[in-house]
Amino acid sequence: MGDNIYGVLAEFDTATDMVDAAVKVRDAGYTKTDAFSPFPLHEIDEALGIKRSILPYLIFVGGLTGLLAGFGLEYFVHVIDYPIIVGGRPHLSLPAFIPPMYELTILFSAFTAVFGMLFLNGLPSPYHPVFNIPRFALATREKFFLIIEASDPKFDHEETRKFMEGLGAQEVFDVPE
Amino acid sequence: MQNVSELENKLHPPMVEGDHSFASVTDKISDVTLKKRTPFHWFIGFGIAFMIAQLLMLSVIWLLANGIGVWGNNQPVGWAFDIINFVWWIGIGHAGTLISAILLLLNQKWRTSINRFAEAMTLFAVACAAMFPLLHTGRPWLAAYWLFPYPNTMGIWPQFRSPLIWDVFAVSTYATVSLLFWYVGLIPDFATLRDRAKNKYFRFVYAILSWGWRGSARHWHRYEITYLILAGLSTPLVLSVHSIVSFDFSVAQIPGWHATIFPPYFVAGAIFAGFAMVLILCIPLRHWYRMQDFITHTHLVYMGKVMLATGLIVCYGYAMEGFFGWYSAAQYEWFMIKNRIWEGPYWWSYWLLIICNGLSIQLLWFKRFRESEFWLFLISVVVSIGMWLERFVIIVTSLNRDFLPSSWAMYSPRVWDWTMFIGTIGFFFTLLYLFVRFVPIISIFEVRTLLPEANVHGHHQDFEENVNEVEYTYDRTDPPNS
Repeated sequence: MGDNIYGVLAEFDTATDMVDAAVKVRDAGYTKTDAFSPFPLHEIDEALGIKRSILPYLIFVGGLTGLLAGFGLEYFVHVIDYPIIVGGRPHLSLPAFIPPMYELTILFSAFTAVFGMLFLNGLPSPYHPVFNIPRFALATREKFFLIIEASDPKFDHEETRKFMEGLGAQEVFDVPE
Repeated sequence: MQNVSELENKLHPPMVEGDHSFASVTDKISDVTLKKRTPFHWFIGFGIAFMIAQLLMLSVIWLLANGIGVWGNNQPVGWAFDIINFVWWIGIGHAGTLISAILLLLNQKWRTSINRFAEAMTLFAVACAAMFPLLHTGRPWLAAYWLFPYPNTMGIWPQFRSPLIWDVFAVSTYATVSLLFWYVGLIPDFATLRDRAKNKYFRFVYAILSWGWRGSARHWHRYEITYLILAGLSTPLVLSVHSIVSFDFSVAQIPGWHATIFPPYFVAGAIFAGFAMVLILCIPLRHWYRMQDFITHTHLVYMGKVMLATGLIVCYGYAMEGFFGWYSAAQYEWFMIKNRIWEGPYWWSYWLLIICNGLSIQLLWFKRFRESEFWLFLISVVVSIGMWLERFVIIVTSLNRDFLPSSWAMYSPRVWDWTMFIGTIGFFFTLLYLFVRFVPIISIFEVRTLLPEANVHGHHQDFEENVNEVEYTYDRTDPPNS
């Protein structure tokens, strides 16, 4: 193995065990860490020191873009390109323009939310080193995993592995690159 | 004081029954999709649904070959089965979004095991709904420039002041956002299927569909933000969609349509019809796939209660329509009410509607009926028929006698109206059968969060909590929640 190592992975049976271990990992000064669980685990964010994502701001911008796109489209169509009086309403009849603007706001926000999430998560990623560990398939079923990556400045293969083994894990694996 | 836990149980009944662990939940739900043998009843059901769906294909071909003259609608009843069925289907879809979005925001845990197939129901119902207005244009291939604003060689644009264009935007946004919401919910479950599939091809397909999801904490963090925001976006969306559908009617100056009560009345009706359809689907489903541990008796009772509440709002709508007609003292309004309820040729449809939607749900006040699957199923079927009749009454009785008596005419559907309607029901069930076979019918990862195992130091995994404000309970020694 030697240098071709991506990180050291530890497997835990329960969520509580993993969160407790994650706190110790954080307190030991490791920063390039990650946890894997079969469902969203709120405590892990603080245990690993994960900061709040910027995603909500992106979604707001996405929604605003939708709103303006809707208005721009309607303004262009009914005021600039093809002004025509219908039902005695002014060219710029804002109240009647609201429903499409509203729907486009939601549409653009939803697209930003989903594709923004996938983009920030770096998905799709069909290959990831952790998939090399056969037991890792259980991360989508019942087990909890914690990893310290080799890129961590504090990472030292021997020492980190020994540290991980002392955290009450079921098993500790070396993850090849 | 004998048992606090008993009382607690009564107030918050467990949403997962039986003795389950993460593994057993995963296996039980994913086995429906992954296990080798497809049950025999699946083939029977799929076969019947698929055959009925062929009727839709035939009807569409006949319609396109001959024009919409093959339908029964003609002046003055220019809107009939096509719009009745459109509103009926789209209304059914609304319960799916209500369950997935609004109940999520309200932190109603019972939504967790029914949201997946309720959302699938939404998608398929919207697909059926969208067909009707599109085909009503007669030449759907030209409808592209009637409906969507794109620079075309004729240099013309759709009319954005028209509720019909609002409807295009509302329904297409609704379909898209529902699909996104459903798919985002499926990503972690597709990853589970990928990791459990034995078959190489299934494994490959699920791997593609899961985008390489690996359950990383950072991914879950953004995932939950996305899910919660999508719920927050879908809530006003679903309310706007049926409001805009009701604008198709209420913006027109036809007595019986031109009423301010329409948007809330339509939204309540949509949720009412949708819950009826969810019950129709989930009562047999939980038996066929032995999902009683996840779709519990409590779920059915809750849905019955929602149906009763929304049904009563709808009844209030009926009462107000009559009241407005009388109190407005407008002769056309009052004539329409009389025509609709007792003087006109379609009086029977109104009273049938009242029996189906008004009287039948009164049974739900009683525990005996509310807790019986048989009665819930029967009432749901009656309500579905009732909600279809509601749109029939609103559309046909308002149009058949218009302002000029010389233009009065009767409406009756023709064979191709019926085949197309029945065909969409077959299409709907065909898609549902495929969904049940290839996609986990219950959200596996969300059911995992309901298990006591999921608690860290006894702290529940709640969706409604701000992801960063969760009180970290590491230092505390409080006992786990029982």
